[in-house]
Amino acid sequence: MSATGIGAPVRRTEDFRFITGKGQYTDDINRAGQAHAYFLRSPHAHADIVKIDTSKAKAMDGVIAILTGDDLAADKIGGLICGWMIHNKDGSPMRAGGHPALAQGKVRYVGDHVAVIIAETYQQAKDAAEAVDVTYKTLPAAADIDSALKKGAPVIHDVAPDNTVFNWHLGDKAATDAAFAKAKHVTKLDLINNRLVPNPMEPRAAVGDFDAGTGVFTLYTTSQNPHVARLVLSAFIGIAPEHKLRVIAPDVGGGFGSKIFIYAEETVCVWAAKKVGRPVKWTSDRTEAFLSDAHGRDHVTHAEMALDDKGRILGLRVNTKANLGAYLSTFSSSVPTYLYAPLLSGQYNIPAIYCEVDAVYTNTAPVDAYRGAGRPEATFVIERLVEVAARERGEDPALFRRKNFVTQFPHQTPVIMAYDVGNYSASLDKAMDMADVKNFGKRKKESERHGKLRGLGYSAYIEACGIAPSQAVGSLGAGVGLWESAEVRVNPVGTVEVLTGSHSHGQGHETTFAQLVSDRLGIPLDQVSIVHGDTDKVQFGMGTYGSRSGAVGMSAIAQAIDKVIAKGKKVAAYALEASEGDIDFKDGRFSVKGTDKSLAFGEVALQAYIAHKFSGQQLEPGLKETAFYDPTNFTFPAGVHICEVEIDPDTGVTRIDRWTAVDDFGVVINPMIVEGQVHGGIAQGVGQALLEGAHYNKDGQLVTASYMDYTMPRADDLPSFAVGMTSTPCPSNPLGIKGCGEAGAIAAPPAVINAITDALGHENISMPATPQRVWQAVQQSQRKLAAE
Amino acid sequence: MASVTMTVNGKTVTATIDPRTLLSSFLREHLRLTGTHVGCDTSQCGACVVHVDGRAIKSCTALAVSLDGAHVTTIEGLASDGHLHPMQEAFREHHGLQCGFCTPGMIMSAVDIVNRKGAMLDEHTIREELEGNICRCTGYHNIVKAVAAGAQAMAATKVAAE
Repeated sequence: MSATGIGAPVRRTEDFRFITGKGQYTDDINRAGQAHAYFLRSPHAHADIVKIDTSKAKAMDGVIAILTGDDLAADKIGGLICGWMIHNKDGSPMRAGGHPALAQGKVRYVGDHVAVIIAETYQQAKDAAEAVDVTYKTLPAAADIDSALKKGAPVIHDVAPDNTVFNWHLGDKAATDAAFAKAKHVTKLDLINNRLVPNPMEPRAAVGDFDAGTGVFTLYTTSQNPHVARLVLSAFIGIAPEHKLRVIAPDVGGGFGSKIFIYAEETVCVWAAKKVGRPVKWTSDRTEAFLSDAHGRDHVTHAEMALDDKGRILGLRVNTKANLGAYLSTFSSSVPTYLYAPLLSGQYNIPAIYCEVDAVYTNTAPVDAYRGAGRPEATFVIERLVEVAARERGEDPALFRRKNFVTQFPHQTPVIMAYDVGNYSASLDKAMDMADVKNFGKRKKESERHGKLRGLGYSAYIEACGIAPSQAVGSLGAGVGLWESAEVRVNPVGTVEVLTGSHSHGQGHETTFAQLVSDRLGIPLDQVSIVHGDTDKVQFGMGTYGSRSGAVGMSAIAQAIDKVIAKGKKVAAYALEASEGDIDFKDGRFSVKGTDKSLAFGEVALQAYIAHKFSGQQLEPGLKETAFYDPTNFTFPAGVHICEVEIDPDTGVTRIDRWTAVDDFGVVINPMIVEGQVHGGIAQGVGQALLEGAHYNKDGQLVTASYMDYTMPRADDLPSFAVGMTSTPCPSNPLGIKGCGEAGAIAAPPAVINAITDALGHENISMPATPQRVWQAVQQSQRKLAAE
Repeated sequence: MASVTMTVNGKTVTATIDPRTLLSSFLREHLRLTGTHVGCDTSQCGACVVHVDGRAIKSCTALAVSLDGAHVTTIEGLASDGHLHPMQEAFREHHGLQCGFCTPGMIMSAVDIVNRKGAMLDEHTIREELEGNICRCTGYHNIVKAVAAGAQAMAATKVAAE
């Protein structure tokens, strides 16, 4: 391994601009003559718009225009779309209600977009918004799943009179019923997967621009996938044809899924730029982010596990109700379906699984993918079930898991997935060793001596990443392919630019992708530039989510590099006057087998461009290659996390004393960056388990809409983490990478809850396990003990 | 409109501004010092931390006009003579940042912690002192390491200078 090649903990090349304040985020971009947009949002969860009177506001200082849904309709601008079709059990399509970027006749959640005010300054736009007079006829709201499904509930979309988006299922019901019929023991759990707000630290922002001379629109936006944004804004929303629309996602301050989606605000900014003849800039404040960024999770689940007399899992039956909010966001329908149920088998050999999912409209913000997207929900179901099943049988939870682990690969689960490779026991062994599980009893006694409760919880997670192949996801309803593209441009002096469809918003692609190039081409890291986030530069790309940029994005780069080397051999053959078959490429040099004749990579690049040693008939000049890479399977990162908590029964405060994570991500390019991804994921998972929860009151008001009300994990809420790795290289891509971005957020919540319930001695605790809830649970245990 | 004069990163600036202009807006929009970020509207996240007269403050919470005559240092003014500040170096060396959005505020807070608490900082102290800065990417693990290392490097630099 070289100091900068694959496997080296190279310090990040992108850091210099971030630590010196020279990062360029969307809100840092200012266009000459720009105007500012402010969105007037609905204060009601559900209401008819009777009238919008803008006359007073329009007359205010600095106001340029006030646009509403009527203006969108007049310009024939289409609504926002959901790009994944789900079919009901009876084969009929899901019921997708219209989603205009500015409300047309009705608002459906607090924060819904009613009008946009464009003014010379942001403050003037905000002031004018207060003077827009909207007459609402308020309607009863359904702010949660139960209220929306009640008989006589208010109808949110006419296409779904019962507020049900779809009734979907996966698996073999008859086989599962049969498994339960012969079960010796059945473990049952009711689980709530709490609603979360993603909260990347950079709020969303957009700057729309229109060049009347060329007819080209430009949108600077906080996006994880600028090409997908361009495709949707062009082909579906109808802002401009793709070749007349440039989307730039510059430095983006975190996404976690919430910046995948195509939202109302960027749609309006780019459309309005032409309308007012000025660049239009919008930056979300944090309250707006809470109200209108797509939220995550929000499942209510009943799950049952059937066991035989030896404690082997026979079957799994899961019924989930998923809240999708007031409108279907871009990929919302895929999250509680194909990103969820196919992971319910976990790391276990389960012969029969049946899962039913009802997706529900409510008068709340749209719900879509958030770090892990469906897989954390599935992992919470299976890892809570196995933990409780083991406890009910009086078995050690680690041994119970080990007994039921999949050990033969490939392994076909009953729910779509074919696990290609893994070694689950290896991760469990290493995690138990690192966590010093064998001395847990001693630590528990020590805690008891101080009046504290100590618990240990496992989570043996698996996820499906890359979210490819395209053919497979297409057959499941995806509206797009999930390959990735790369272009490797070698300059005449031998420096290299890689144009990638992946997008980095914290993942460190500029470093890891360059490591791959440096490794393969044998050139120094500083001779490689990674270019991303601009549809005018990069041909096309599907963007970054689903832990896919390593497994899919880098595989595309590797494939393009192979083509560069192949072309380089042809050039070298002419330049060295040898036959192509005799040219070797190693450590950055093309050489003739069995001779001392060789040329450095840069020399061959120059020969390719000056084209003096071959004719145009013999070989095309230049050295630039493109690849579109579509993997052959999903990837299956897996691992074991162990959480150890200490609870103060007097206050209900849970302190995480130790965290051990052992993950199998296959081949790791930069362990420093991968460990950082694990740390961040765990923090978000711990946030879900202990701190975070979005809460709407019964009228549909979001009562957790600021950092004063929604508890973000802070430095003193978390411990340092012990992170280890095992490795079974992924056979489905040329680099052996599985992906690491979501693992921590997937693994962590059940590890925490399993630890808390272990400490408390009963299972009745829901997320977030706040001090109040834990204290109440402690009281419950003590009452129960007293009664016994 | 109101007139304000202050020294920002060693340069004297005078401007006529709307009296409700926050220091964060003044820095970002009037001076185009966009390294100072705004991540919330309740003074919780700390992305906007700058130093005013040598002390860390959240620039989204101060009116620019109230700081007439003040000396302000932003992330852009932390490096000197082309050399990164030891705390900036420590964040890079210990991978204390991912998306980079909270980073300027984190680094400015971290320098302030060392100024107040000295170079020997234990993990518990660092975590408590970072309460006012939210990071969504790193889980704080590497930030804590970076602050501890940066604190020691700051002390070493000071000794070397003396």
